[in-house]
Amino acid sequence: MSTWRSAGLGLVCGLVFAAGLVLSGMTDPARVLGFLDFAGDWDPRLAFVMVGAIGVHFTWLRLAPRFQGPEARAFSLAPHAPVTRPLILGAALFGVGWGMAGYCPGPAVVNLGLGLREGSVFLAAMLGGMGLYRLFASRTAERLDGVAQE
Amino acid sequence: MLLALFGGVLIGLSASLAHAVARQVVGVSGILGGLLRPPARPLGFGLWFIAGLVLGGLLIARFAAPVATTLAPRSLAWLLLSGLLVGFGTRLGSGCTSGHGVCGISRLSVRSLVATGVFMATGAAVVFLTRHVFNLWGAG
Repeated sequence: MSTWRSAGLGLVCGLVFAAGLVLSGMTDPARVLGFLDFAGDWDPRLAFVMVGAIGVHFTWLRLAPRFQGPEARAFSLAPHAPVTRPLILGAALFGVGWGMAGYCPGPAVVNLGLGLREGSVFLAAMLGGMGLYRLFASRTAERLDGVAQE
Repeated sequence: MLLALFGGVLIGLSASLAHAVARQVVGVSGILGGLLRPPARPLGFGLWFIAGLVLGGLLIARFAAPVATTLAPRSLAWLLLSGLLVGFGTRLGSGCTSGHGVCGISRLSVRSLVATGVFMATGAAVVFLTRHVFNLWGAG
């Protein structure tokens, strides 16, 4: 695929993704924290984001081999990779940060475009955390699993 | 509720389009992490996907109703710590809500299913502690 085509595809996918995040309420930390607040006044709406997104994507991934041939199958099912300690620990730390402020990475990036200052401050710190991980990973690379990033 | 479902459908369509045309996974943390590791390709999918996210936000802020949040402002230190945890954690754990929660689960990945369960659980635990045990920001 030409580089221009992949750039255009990225832009379109990003625009549609951003619209989905804003419409669904994922860019609003109040809504996100309300969804995570099972013991309080629980707001179930964000569960429908997952239902819609997984419903569409799962269906497409099942149909892809029919339209695009067996080659698509390799990219439709995840390879059997082990559940590792970095996976669990990383997800746990991510969840703590998510529950603290109500931002996950996609909405944090969209918040920059929305011009919301709090989300943009969060985004800067998040990029810092990713940079910190690079330092950490380069020191302990041999101890981490070599599974590709999801 | 319908808006949430429709927003989710758009996210699913974006993920499916990226898969159909370029076999790309639209995991935001993975894409950002890749961009932080030079050399970033100026015309690659990832950079333009992130540009699309920012541009989408700009267009919505310009032409649609502003997104209002009703939360009391959090302290700067709290925001910075949460950002660091999300950045570090998503890289260590190989994904976030989009990569694990949407793309991975749709691919029936056991790793993604486990990761999503873990970050939902620790997120809910932190909300429980901040709101119902320490009552940090009022009722939210």
